Amino acid sequence: MVNNTTTVKPHRSNVTRRKIANRIMLTLCMLASVAAVTVLGLVLFFLISKGFSSINVKFFTQLPNHVDEKAGGMSQSIYGTLVLLGLASVIGLPLGILGGIYQLEAKGKFASAVRFFTDVLNGIPSIVIGIFVYAVWVAPIAKLHPGTGYSAFAGGFALGIMMIPTIMRTTEEILKLVPFSMREASLGLGATRWRTMWSVVLPSARGGVITGIMLALARIAGETAPLLFTILGNEFFVTHKVYGIKVPTLTAPIDALPLRIYNYATAVDPEQQRMAWAGAVVLITLILVLSIAARAATRGKVLEEK
Amino acid sequence: MTNIASQDKQTPPALSRPVVNASAAATANRPDAKSKIVAKDVDFYYGDFHALKKINIVVPEHQVTALIGPSGCGKSTFLRTLNRMNDLIDGTRLTGSITLDGADIYDRSREVVGLRKQVGMVFQKPNPFPMTIFDNICYGPRIHGIRNRKLLDEVVERTLRGAALWDEVKDKLHKSAFALSGGQQQRLCIARVLAVEPDVILMDEPCSALDPNSTFRIEQLMEDLRGHYTIVIVTHNMQQAARVSQQTGFFLRGELREFDDTSTIFTNPSDEETEAYVSGRFG
Repeated sequence: MVNNTTTVKPHRSNVTRRKIANRIMLTLCMLASVAAVTVLGLVLFFLISKGFSSINVKFFTQLPNHVDEKAGGMSQSIYGTLVLLGLASVIGLPLGILGGIYQLEAKGKFASAVRFFTDVLNGIPSIVIGIFVYAVWVAPIAKLHPGTGYSAFAGGFALGIMMIPTIMRTTEEILKLVPFSMREASLGLGATRWRTMWSVVLPSARGGVITGIMLALARIAGETAPLLFTILGNEFFVTHKVYGIKVPTLTAPIDALPLRIYNYATAVDPEQQRMAWAGAVVLITLILVLSIAARAATRGKVLEEK
Repeated sequence: MTNIASQDKQTPPALSRPVVNASAAATANRPDAKSKIVAKDVDFYYGDFHALKKINIVVPEHQVTALIGPSGCGKSTFLRTLNRMNDLIDGTRLTGSITLDGADIYDRSREVVGLRKQVGMVFQKPNPFPMTIFDNICYGPRIHGIRNRKLLDEVVERTLRGAALWDEVKDKLHKSAFALSGGQQQRLCIARVLAVEPDVILMDEPCSALDPNSTFRIEQLMEDLRGHYTIVIVTHNMQQAARVSQQTGFFLRGELREFDDTSTIFTNPSDEETEAYVSGRFG
């Protein structure tokens, strides 16, 4: 650096040592990531080798058939999971996104308290949420009308609660990334804060917000614990007609893929165990699709060139 | 800094002496000019930091008023008090009064949204929205309730012509504003401000992120706009202040040290530090 005889010249061996350390650490980093990917690869390999053979058209179209398991399917679980994701979104999306906006915009003691409790909510084990929904919803209803209580509503409620903190946090973090100058521009034109948020900030962060939603959905799609106490499981897909259109009955017990996998995997019948593997493949595929959709959403630029 | 501080000690009377008189003189020199914005004894604080000290200024209508001074002198802060942009920052406090056409803009009953419609702002860095050029311009009119497509078309053409950008973008109105160059983006931001039909346009170093060519175009534009709008511009570039403005105010350490006709400030300033600054001895 400096032409000064008193400064210590770096020895060649020192440089070599640093080079080696650099090489070693980079290799370790690479190995760690390879290990993570390998685990995923192994999981997928096992799932597919064990479950793929049981996946066929009937799997998606038929209800369980206990006389001839091979003729049955898991259609009710697949529909059930989709219904539950929809219900959870109805609760989780508005509360999560509006809450995230609040955390971004509001300052002061109340806002930081909200932020803290959101983090706490995020850390609550899913089974506790299941018990909570059981206690405040399922049990009281069962008391009033014996034989009811377990329902799609209750399951969607539990999963929706789980979505809220995740979406709140990701929404806040993503919106924070929108440059302040963008807001200033909008406010400077006489827009209100809400208008600025709705028309400028949210659209700028659209990709990121959607990614957060997808990841939250992917997370709850595989949750089993909160469903144990809330949806009961069902070997049928209960529907009724509204204006001649078949719609799922949300007050009836419903099935879900993770719950069905749990039930079948612990069964003695080897055919049911195979069905459990197949169900796992379908569930993983669903989550994979959600994750890929999330990636696609972020890759989409803020504004496409026309 | 120490050098300036010592100068300051040598001339304490300069602190209070010229400011009020000078501003009165500035409008007195132009009896035809109506005073648009009047700031009286404005003090401004960021928390405990006293950012503006007893600012008194009279901004005449339909002229360009330049605010100059070294970094951190308070000129941008003052500019942002004029459309209450500082309200967005926590812990700020303002005392004194600022009136626009005689009405106090910090009055409780004053709607800040309406104020900002009347007092538009162009920022240092071009900040178009992530929308098409057309939608960028229509953003303002739309939030103020104009939906008629024909009317919006007219606004877009009129404001883009006003901002000397029409010929360059008329064929790509529905393309992303981000596809424009920096200078074009800044002119788009000016057009966007024009679209809400303000009386006053505040410009916070509008050319500092632009190349000389784009700067020249924006300066020309200011000259064109001057007849219809009252413009207040903060600039680091003294030549720019000399070129575009009719009045110039010199800020230093939160004080308005001198405010007068631009020609007076640059040729015969009464404050020693103003002279030191405009002649390039510091800053």
